[in-house]
Amino acid sequence: MVRSKNFFMKFYLALIIAFLYIPIAVLVVLSFNDSRSRVVWGGFTLEWYKTLFHNSDVVAALQNTLTIGFGSALIATVIGVLAAVGIDAMKKRSYSLTLGVGNIPMLNADIVTGIALMLWFSRFTNLGYVSILLAHVTFNIPYVILSVLPKLQQMDMSVYEAARDLGASSVKAFTRVILPNIFPAVVSGFFMAVTMSMDDFVVTYFTKGAGINTLSTMIYGELKRGIKPEMYALSTLIFAVVLIVLLLVNYMPRIRQKQIQRKLQNRKAAS
Amino acid sequence: MKKSVKKNLLTACLLLMLGLLTWTLMGCGNTGEEESSVDMSEAGGGNTITVLNYGEYIDTSVLRDFEKETGIKVLYEEATTPEEMYSKYTSSTIPYDLICSSDYMIERLIAEGEVVELDHSKMQYVNNIGDFYWKLSRTYDPENKYSIPYFWGTVGILYNKSMIHEEITSWDSLFNGEYAGEIIMQNSIRDAYMCALKYQGHSLNTTNRKELQQAQNLLLKQKPDVEAYFVDEVREEMVAGNAALAVCYSGEAYLAHEYENDLEYVLPKEGSNIWIDSWIMMKKGKNHEGAQKFLDYLCRGDVAVKNFEEIYYPTPNTAAYNSLDEEVREDPLIFPEQSVVEKCEVYKALDDKTMALYSQMWKELKTK
Amino acid sequence: MNKRSLLAGPYIVWIIGFTVLPLLMIIFYALGDGRGEMTMSNILAIFEPVHLKALLLALWLAILCTGICLVLAYPLALILRKLNIGKQGMMAIIVILPMWVNFILRIMAWQLLLSRNGLINGALGAIGLPGQDLANSSMAIVIGMVYDYLPFMILPVYNAVTDLKDDVIEAARDLGAPPKAVLTRIMIPLTKPGIISGITMVFVPSLTAFAIPDILGGGKVMLIGNIIEQEFSTSMNWHLGSGLSIALMIFVLISMIFTSNEEEGKERRAW
Repeated sequence: MVRSKNFFMKFYLALIIAFLYIPIAVLVVLSFNDSRSRVVWGGFTLEWYKTLFHNSDVVAALQNTLTIGFGSALIATVIGVLAAVGIDAMKKRSYSLTLGVGNIPMLNADIVTGIALMLWFSRFTNLGYVSILLAHVTFNIPYVILSVLPKLQQMDMSVYEAARDLGASSVKAFTRVILPNIFPAVVSGFFMAVTMSMDDFVVTYFTKGAGINTLSTMIYGELKRGIKPEMYALSTLIFAVVLIVLLLVNYMPRIRQKQIQRKLQNRKAAS
Repeated sequence: MKKSVKKNLLTACLLLMLGLLTWTLMGCGNTGEEESSVDMSEAGGGNTITVLNYGEYIDTSVLRDFEKETGIKVLYEEATTPEEMYSKYTSSTIPYDLICSSDYMIERLIAEGEVVELDHSKMQYVNNIGDFYWKLSRTYDPENKYSIPYFWGTVGILYNKSMIHEEITSWDSLFNGEYAGEIIMQNSIRDAYMCALKYQGHSLNTTNRKELQQAQNLLLKQKPDVEAYFVDEVREEMVAGNAALAVCYSGEAYLAHEYENDLEYVLPKEGSNIWIDSWIMMKKGKNHEGAQKFLDYLCRGDVAVKNFEEIYYPTPNTAAYNSLDEEVREDPLIFPEQSVVEKCEVYKALDDKTMALYSQMWKELKTK
Repeated sequence: MNKRSLLAGPYIVWIIGFTVLPLLMIIFYALGDGRGEMTMSNILAIFEPVHLKALLLALWLAILCTGICLVLAYPLALILRKLNIGKQGMMAIIVILPMWVNFILRIMAWQLLLSRNGLINGALGAIGLPGQDLANSSMAIVIGMVYDYLPFMILPVYNAVTDLKDDVIEAARDLGAPPKAVLTRIMIPLTKPGIISGITMVFVPSLTAFAIPDILGGGKVMLIGNIIEQEFSTSMNWHLGSGLSIALMIFVLISMIFTSNEEEGKERRAW
């Protein structure tokens, strides 16, 4: 009875994971397809992986995507963490007002955010790399705040006030007392922000200028005449790299722990 | 999330960033020349031209060759529809020098005074464009002062021989209910209404309310039979055999036929739309001299052949046409017969009132 | 005024500069008629039958999508808690990882899966089942939206459920509460903040979506997001587009009040 229940639970888990990963599997298969059409199987090839890095446009788009992703997440994290600390100290009314207005980018249709920013930016400056970066920071900040704020609220702020009373500068009090406590939430906010930036198409599309592409806008431009198979190959590579890094990071500490334990045991046995 | 996970995530992020940094630094060495395309301060200044074109509508090596030959840098940008191009041009401060767009959008931009006259005497290869195409483009550029034809084509029906047992010759097959659930229509306003208007014997540029209403009624009646309204996906959907009939651009039909021999293309006997995409030089542009050089370069025979072999839409460039294999020149899928072409019309820009009516009818059709 | 709240300064400057002012531009467009006169007609246009119909259909699909996401995510969270997988924390990564593959490519992959001669029908045919007409329908749109937004439901719900203290549940059991009552009287009320932020994060984007309906609906279904997009990109009636956007925003805000009025001001959390 217990075993069948356990089996059912694992089956459900597998089903959800399959649902999330089937489209990715399709793209991986397409990256090895020796045909420029996505509905015709032309045999197995590694061709697209070879041509990928010779295409300077693709490389430039990839660089833009990554630098904008990490750059905007970094800026958003700095602003967002400071904001969360500040908002946490606010009185109820200004608290809800600030948070409410700040959530507008999340409540708005992407297209409205994108167009509003485009109208706004094009008054002052040329659209280009910087305008995309600013737009991404804008929609990334709420994710950081939403991640950090709850952790701050669980924290006992009297410690911070005490540190201040004992003469610690506000910077010192922040880095020594607050930051260590909320650090995990800061990291997950940062990670979420990078992900949202990589995933965005609509806002980027409206705020980008001539001669610059991210992977999203590049793929969208290709939809009409057929997506270049190199794109499937690139997606597969990105996916594989992120997966491997995450796996390594997740399992390395445990392996090391086991090694240490073994060493300790050996030492014990020796003595 | 548990603490340990978050720490792990941090390490992961740091690792990724480190990798990214090294890679970018290394990458810069290889693609140093691309780097500057990120720097928007160059746009419009120096010896640079800014170009807006449809997606996948040029052999990109042509851009690099041009840069090498002339030292003029090309900032190249793509869009998918003429309307998008219009929004991009009018709403932003990007100083586009050249835009390649479609007939009715060019007419609109000329009427709004946004297009600059070209000086043909400065362009040595401009005579490569055939007379017939100059004549065709007079519908939107009456004195051929503003535009240079780039590619052209028709809109017709792509059908799958193995799924249909008669010869398709008319728009009637889309509307007689015989192929319910097997039809793909174009998902752009004018192309969708064009089929109905032509079938009913009206001009596709009509502004007559009654005629437009008739077309609307026909499309409303047809909607349950339609499998999908697509723009970009038509070719792949037909190759996959997901529908039997589709309204399709001639160039797409050629590519579809390459993958699936059962697919045939026909220009309906009632006539259809013939479209021309042309280059125009924009008022907002900052380097008109460089822009003209680029246009001239595109007209050069060997360059036009390169672009043709990338895109496989019919080229109006006679020098390029003459250097093609006879097999290609006589392929009706690429270069349709003259007699059929004469029954086709070019889109003209519509007045605001008719545009608003189209938009309203389209919403009614789609939300039905 | 607490000094600490000054830390929110950069954030407040940022939202004024990149959220409030761009939004005012949209409002400015919405109130104009293109001839320099003020008008409310663009915003009230939401009540025209065509627009209202698109809004109601979008609302229905969004509710459907949110409901399905919740029904899928909650048991998953319970299972993860039971199997103790939550402790290893891989799940959050597994759920976010697909977002590193381009959004348009993933939705396009669903088109290949769902189409008439697609992979799902191929698989059904192989085991002798009749093919289904899945593609190009409202159903395909819902599948696509559930796929894309499920992570936004899983993460907060899963966090809320794993944060539940074991002793609370054990206490309820010891006091003789049947499993069903433990779930409905203890677990669901205690995880409510997580459920609510999950609902918000799925409902809003699915109500305003336009890219997924465009690709998976076969162009036969027009939702309010598509209409706004059409006004901006094809019809070039920016005044109407802006007016409808504002109306949609007001609508979203009203429906958010329904879900969040019970939630105490300071209890919001995302993950």
